[in-house]
Amino acid sequence: MKKILAVALAALMLFAFAACGGDKTNTDVAPDDDFKVGFIFLHDEQSTYDKNFMDAAKAACDEMGVAYAQKTQIPESKDCYDAAVELIEVDGCDVIFADSFGHEAFLMDAAKQYPDVQFCHATGNQAHTAGLKNFHNAFASIYEGRYLAGVAAGLKLNEMIEAGTITAEEAKMGYVGAFTFAEVISGYTSFYLGAKSVCPSVTMDVKFTGSWYNEQLEKEAAEALIAGGCVLISQHADSMGAPTACENNNVPNVSYNGSTLAACPNTFIVSSRIDWTPYFKYMIECAQKGEEIATDWTGTIETGSVVLTDVNTAAAAEGTVEKLAEVKAQLLDGTVNVFDTANWTKGGETLTSYMADVDFDKNYAADTEVIEDGVFYESKHRSAPYFDLQIDGITLLDVNYG
Amino acid sequence: MAKDTNVKHHEPLFHVVKRDDMPSWQAWLVRFATIAISFVIIGFISMSLTGKSFGDTYELMISGVFGTLFKGGSTIMLWKYLQEIAVLLCLALALTPAFKMKFWNCGAEGQALMGGLAAIFCMIEFGGKLSEPVLICVIAVSSIVAGAIWGVIPAIFKALFNTNETLFTLMMNYIATQIIAYYVYIEGGGSNVINPVSYGNFPKVGNNDYFVNIVVVAGLIVLMYVYLKYSKQGYEISVVGESQNTARYIGINVKKVIIRTMVISGALCGVAGMLLVAGKDHSINTNLVGGQGFTAILMSWLGQFSPIVMTIMTALIVFLRIGVSKVADASLLNSSFSEIIVGFVILMVVGCEFFIHYSIKFRSKKEVKA
Repeated sequence: MKKILAVALAALMLFAFAACGGDKTNTDVAPDDDFKVGFIFLHDEQSTYDKNFMDAAKAACDEMGVAYAQKTQIPESKDCYDAAVELIEVDGCDVIFADSFGHEAFLMDAAKQYPDVQFCHATGNQAHTAGLKNFHNAFASIYEGRYLAGVAAGLKLNEMIEAGTITAEEAKMGYVGAFTFAEVISGYTSFYLGAKSVCPSVTMDVKFTGSWYNEQLEKEAAEALIAGGCVLISQHADSMGAPTACENNNVPNVSYNGSTLAACPNTFIVSSRIDWTPYFKYMIECAQKGEEIATDWTGTIETGSVVLTDVNTAAAAEGTVEKLAEVKAQLLDGTVNVFDTANWTKGGETLTSYMADVDFDKNYAADTEVIEDGVFYESKHRSAPYFDLQIDGITLLDVNYG
Repeated sequence: MAKDTNVKHHEPLFHVVKRDDMPSWQAWLVRFATIAISFVIIGFISMSLTGKSFGDTYELMISGVFGTLFKGGSTIMLWKYLQEIAVLLCLALALTPAFKMKFWNCGAEGQALMGGLAAIFCMIEFGGKLSEPVLICVIAVSSIVAGAIWGVIPAIFKALFNTNETLFTLMMNYIATQIIAYYVYIEGGGSNVINPVSYGNFPKVGNNDYFVNIVVVAGLIVLMYVYLKYSKQGYEISVVGESQNTARYIGINVKKVIIRTMVISGALCGVAGMLLVAGKDHSINTNLVGGQGFTAILMSWLGQFSPIVMTIMTALIVFLRIGVSKVADASLLNSSFSEIIVGFVILMVVGCEFFIHYSIKFRSKKEVKA
């Protein structure tokens, strides 16, 4: 009954708003020849994760002057295959892109079916071993962005220590993660190392929600971390839960996937995100010219794929903007490596060798040496993250594998 | 004392009167008219939001459902459409005997998930060890049993302890979801994804993935129609649904009927889970059924517990769901648009039932004077 009522109210509102519509852009009209890109999204623009892709898709296609079609709310099932088939057969798309990890196997099935169509997939890990000419993975070295965001967090902690609000030992950050996967572990570890590079006494507590998007759980996790003595919060999940909890409790927040400045003017410091526009442009250009798309593409700061929002000077420590520019330059010229083994220990020891599970196989066996010359090279052997170590200084309050 | 002439009989502006006299052809006319009117209205809503013409809106909707079929293109979208109908209809058919018995089975989601779990378990464990036909039989039996078990647990508690079946079946959904989540974690090696398994897949017929699913459900429509209308058990279900006391009085074992019917309901939900795993995804995740177990409740009601009407209503609702999604995607509208439209049409249809069964009598001026 409640559901029906809600639907009825929504329908009524629709009538009310109907008058305001009428001026939407029509993407079906092709500006040039019949080249067309098809996008498959897991959710819609209400999820910050998908919105990030959708904005980039629009920006890239508009800039390149190509038509595109999109399908939203496509689950990680055969529906992804069906959506790809529809985009090819009905909409006539020449390139198909899907944005969620679980889409991969189903997209690969479509790739086998349509060898003349190019298939690109974000966050996946099977392309480099699948041996399909028309199936490609892509990701970005977002750990560099998180490292920079971590530097901003460390500077804020230093400011608090100098002001006497906290002692150096009380410099504890909190991190709300979605799942205990390499993608999240790599993210929070790089964030922590960024903070540690400027504030050596920092420690961090991590809580997991078991969901990429759950506003209530993320808010509760952030509140629990704050109650547990964390003086700064960051997150790797897609809702406004953690930023809102921070604004309510006046705790500084380092955000993800876009600025939360409008909702959190007093606590938002800076946010890192992946900008997919460069990849989309690259993908479209290759497909149009008939050139090969890289099997496993990693976007970086240099390609413009890893970006930071503007620093909110009202909340950030003084000199943050200058320091970030300095560290960014060091990351670019290679004088700073995020996972330099000199900067972190596991069980009190510095690692000299680590085998990670890079290649996709049934046994999930560790197969590739990833530490060379004292640096754990993330995203080198494949674009999707594989750093999954629990390093000293970070405490996991819980784990969640979904 | 003076005569009590000043007392006013305050009659409300209108009142509702039950009516049983509407002939069925007239009732059907009302229903079709309602649906036709709703289609016109949603056409206009879409127009005002997208700026497309009425014709273009419907052309988009039809191309969303049938693809290029009517332009001489492939039939691929038609099969997808039939597949979507098949799964939702299978769940609605599964719920129908329970609903007819006034047992509110809100657990189709969980029962289908358990059926799906049984299927993927067999595919992973016995794939390659058994021959394909044997494997598919094993999958079918285990899915049916798993769904039936998940359905019969609340029924046993209802029959023996009179527990509330709505809450019980709902909670069984959450348990099923968590079991799947755990299984996916174990099988997926922590990656949250099970790659499609190539064993125990329903065979393709021609180049068509979904043919078997569609045939299975088409068979179920007939079976359920016969079962409810012509079998003794179907009759018992009706009697228990009308009045448990009457049922007891004429010597029906009510507990037995409740348990037996829920075994059937759960088993058919298990079949739906099997169709989704062995006939479609070849993999599983917690989103396998995707809320269709709840939509099926509406379908069963809209179909007035008749498998034939249910088929028509399901075809209609799935058409709208896919078609309006296409309109939303093509116009960069939010995907909730399709849910709103489907909700609106369901509301119109439910609303028209009210006018079929009741009439509204307005206060007439004559009566007020008198």
